Amino acid sequence: MNYEVLVPMIVFLLVIFFIGYWASRKLTASSNFISDYFLGGRELGGFVLAMTMVATYGSASSFLGGPGTAYTMGFGWVLLAMAQVVTGYFVLMILGKKYAIMARRYKAITMIDFLKSRYDSSAVVLLSAFSIIIFLFSAMAAQWIGGARLVESLTGLSYNSALFLFAVSVLVYVTIGGFRAVALTDAVQGAVMLIGTLILLIAVIIAGGGIPNIVNDLLNENPNLVTPYGANGDLTAAYVSSFWILVGVGVVGLPQIAVRAMSYKNSRSMHRALIIGTIITGLIMLNMHLIGVFARPVMPGIEIGDKVIPLIALETLPPWVAGIVLAAPMAAIMSTVDSLLLLVSSSIVKDVYLNYIKPDASIKTIKRISFGVTGMLGIIVFLLALNPPELLIFLNLFAFGGLEAAFIWPIVLGLYWKWGNKYGAIASMATGIVSYIGLHFYNLENGNLFGVHTVTLPVLLSLVAFIIFSLLVGRKAYQYNAPALK
Amino acid sequence: MEETDWRFKIAHREAKIGVGLALFNFVWWFGFAYGMGSRPVEEYSYVFGLPDWFFYSCVLGFLVIAVLVIVIVHFFFTEVPFDDEEGSP
Repeated sequence: MNYEVLVPMIVFLLVIFFIGYWASRKLTASSNFISDYFLGGRELGGFVLAMTMVATYGSASSFLGGPGTAYTMGFGWVLLAMAQVVTGYFVLMILGKKYAIMARRYKAITMIDFLKSRYDSSAVVLLSAFSIIIFLFSAMAAQWIGGARLVESLTGLSYNSALFLFAVSVLVYVTIGGFRAVALTDAVQGAVMLIGTLILLIAVIIAGGGIPNIVNDLLNENPNLVTPYGANGDLTAAYVSSFWILVGVGVVGLPQIAVRAMSYKNSRSMHRALIIGTIITGLIMLNMHLIGVFARPVMPGIEIGDKVIPLIALETLPPWVAGIVLAAPMAAIMSTVDSLLLLVSSSIVKDVYLNYIKPDASIKTIKRISFGVTGMLGIIVFLLALNPPELLIFLNLFAFGGLEAAFIWPIVLGLYWKWGNKYGAIASMATGIVSYIGLHFYNLENGNLFGVHTVTLPVLLSLVAFIIFSLLVGRKAYQYNAPALK
Repeated sequence: MEETDWRFKIAHREAKIGVGLALFNFVWWFGFAYGMGSRPVEEYSYVFGLPDWFFYSCVLGFLVIAVLVIVIVHFFFTEVPFDDEEGSP
């Protein structure tokens, strides 16, 4: 076992625990438990808001998978990854102030609360809660598997022990601390990601003898690595551009991101978060993926993409620095997992239980149920991740694209288009999910339709469905202005 | 029918700016990447060791967007209260 790598990681985990504990003390003192536990009481400042969005978004796939693919594909994949810079400002600018104002007026704690008040429909609520629970639960489980594999490869523990260690760390602080703990630890984790990737990038450039040298080695190996078209020349402009929807503008529709856009304190926090978020997202994405490309001449012949980052860190850095740097992907996975866990639990407790099962539950009951559901979910995910069933892996494939296709229009048009109504929203969600799953199978069989990523068409179809159904069925203009104030 | 909430006018304008910025971002990114990157590899020049299309599209493009976001937020975004009680002008 490699103690020099392990010690900094354990210190990192302890810091995270401490923050969870500190946030939980604030929670006990709070008078509005639900809003505090699931939303941090709408008082996030700019820095924490930006970091929590970056950290939630930068998941295992962008930290291990992304650089691994860049290693194989070359600069074309870095180009693709840079489509994500847009998320840094787009989500907050689009949902922006109107979403913040409406969410406060509706007293919305979750994204579903917002949809519930806007469309006034149980079908919308149940359909959304159902999609969130199914899709995000699977996405979360997949991240746990990733987290456990990382711990496994670093410590030499068995997969099961690694999973156990990972599960306990996540559960302890999500359960006790709620959203505020998650947001605060996200801020720390975001900072770790930024600094970690920067150190590693510099180390790789030095190990490769400078950028011109590295690029020369790439040219000698395969000139395609230096073009935007990928190692085999098969990354087309249309395909790469369609990622602007999946990992760029479509992110507006992801519930775990949308809920953060209602959690900030005031306009000033939002403005700061816009600037910080854009800069941090861009830097992290550029660093991570360049590390992947530059690692190729330094350490040729790595076959499993997910191992590129751990291997290159152990190769180019002193062990204790590698420990700190590798805390970055660990941080990315943990922060994604914890926010998903909280979101699934809020859908169950807030959107289903409090809306339909027991609206008059006492604060004490709500508290018990919130902790209980969050804890139970964690245990179920743990058991599933011990021996992941096929269905889980399968659902995870659709998780992000499917949710984007389902939610993007009900949220965005719900905010800005007064003719949007519940029929449009239901049609849009159903069309989005069904066409996404259908097209997924079509593309598996026949290659990508029109050469673009699966998410593209369902997003367009769900837009059409939203507009047609809103205008044809029960057409009525929505009144955004506040009812006469006292 | 009452006047539109004054804060919504600001919010709508800022959302349009967001769409505009994303379009500009895309055009810059796409233009340099595929405009310059489609030449034969032998004709590439290198900026700080990076292929020119990549430098202009992703590195310079990112810096330009970051600066634009800072400028837009400072000069074009207005602070408004979010709670309805303080909402009337």
